[in-house]
Amino acid sequence: MDALLLNPEDQVATAVRELRAGQIAQISSGETVQELKILENIPYGHKVAVQDILKGMEVRKYGEVIGRASCEIRSGTHAHVQNIESLRGRGDWKKEDPNGTD
Amino acid sequence: MEPIEYEQTAEENRACGETFLGYVRSDGSVGTRNYVGILSTVVCANEVAEEIARRVSGTVRFTHHQGCCQTPVDIRRVTEVLANLGKNPNLSSVLLVSLGCESTDVDAVEQQIRASGKRVERVTIQEQGGAAKTTAQGILLAQEMVREASRQKRSPAPVSRLIMGMKCGSSDTTSGLVPNPAIGEVSDWLVSKGGTSILGEVTEFIGAEHIVASHAADEELGGKILELVRRMEQRAMSVGEDIRGGQPTGGNIKGGLTTIEEKSLGAIAKAGSAKIQEVREYGERPQGCGLAVMDSPGREPEILTGLASAGSNLIVFATGRGAPQGFPFVPVIKITGSETAMKNMPDHMDLDLTGVMRGEMTLPEAAERIREKLLSVASGELTKAEISGYTNSMDIYMTGPVI
Repeated sequence: MDALLLNPEDQVATAVRELRAGQIAQISSGETVQELKILENIPYGHKVAVQDILKGMEVRKYGEVIGRASCEIRSGTHAHVQNIESLRGRGDWKKEDPNGTD
Repeated sequence: MEPIEYEQTAEENRACGETFLGYVRSDGSVGTRNYVGILSTVVCANEVAEEIARRVSGTVRFTHHQGCCQTPVDIRRVTEVLANLGKNPNLSSVLLVSLGCESTDVDAVEQQIRASGKRVERVTIQEQGGAAKTTAQGILLAQEMVREASRQKRSPAPVSRLIMGMKCGSSDTTSGLVPNPAIGEVSDWLVSKGGTSILGEVTEFIGAEHIVASHAADEELGGKILELVRRMEQRAMSVGEDIRGGQPTGGNIKGGLTTIEEKSLGAIAKAGSAKIQEVREYGERPQGCGLAVMDSPGREPEILTGLASAGSNLIVFATGRGAPQGFPFVPVIKITGSETAMKNMPDHMDLDLTGVMRGEMTLPEAAERIREKLLSVASGELTKAEISGYTNSMDIYMTGPVI
């Protein structure tokens, strides 16, 4: 087992060992295990997308929203600060524009 | 003979599961430690408090950066927190070190601690004639107080007397998978035995507050939790920037945590499944037993102080990358499920739960390991933070400016 999918609704899994570009990783979601082609190196504890995520889509882990995709995230790539943004604590967003759409 | 011995051992084990050896105080609380506390009442008295504690074995010092040139709401908080720290059951008696001109209400601090049945002494630098004379006077008083304290013995106390502070720090993605949910199970166990556990770090409810609020015993408490989170988020946002980098921290991000929402969803696993019975302001003592929520930020110096002020006699601390801090007079048990912390920070980790990530240990087994460690530390086993003395960079959480 290489990564954990914590909830069936999640689009990201947590790597429980370092994953290497090109490998086929075993993604465990409790009872079932799926295989996933890894496209880039994923450090220990970091997240890998288990499906393509379009820009602007909410991203789920634990079955809950952890943010949204700030650009397209391809399945098998590293899902982290470079492509997921937080929806909370955004003092940088103007008050009249809480959705942050410019 | 052997079956009898076996039965006795099983009985002892059962008894160990329900009691710990602690110092019973006159107000009925039970300490897991028995120090003489040297408390600085203002930043300007820190040097003297430090020196007294350095020179007298059996003492610990609490120093901070507050107590003067602050708004009344913060001054009241400093006064209340110092009084509550003095009342913490892990202190046998208290020596207050005052400058003399601070805003902290030192009389109130002294009276409140004394009302809990403890000996309290005070030395005042401006009245005594400077730091050197005050240090000498404080050392002599502290020596006498340590002698008194050393006569106290540990005796069996029910686990219902444990007040367990909960904290996670320098988290990575393993924190929400291993130590936090395992701590949640231990919290549920402690609550079922009539004990108390305290959940702080309201910043780390952001994005998960709907789940925390659903644990509230009633709607009003749920509303209070949501209000604490709203207040904390507004405060963070008022500076006009994205909180990322501050929360999650740079270290959290290196550990794979991407957003505050993700960090929060892992952090709140410490709450377990018990109902939240109380919602308190920073440093306030829960009035009853069970699971309580206390307002506090996530940073170590302030939350550890807040948990100690709330009466915690021990603290469980989940970490992913390896946070070293303890607290001067409350044992802080460092628990990790991360290879990163075990590899890079082994001399700061008290409990290795990395087996869960490797699939070699279950979460209930991990919780059992924590429970055993908790009772052992409560009865006197030293934590690595206590042994290394990595406990002194503390502070009190303030809400207003220095003026």
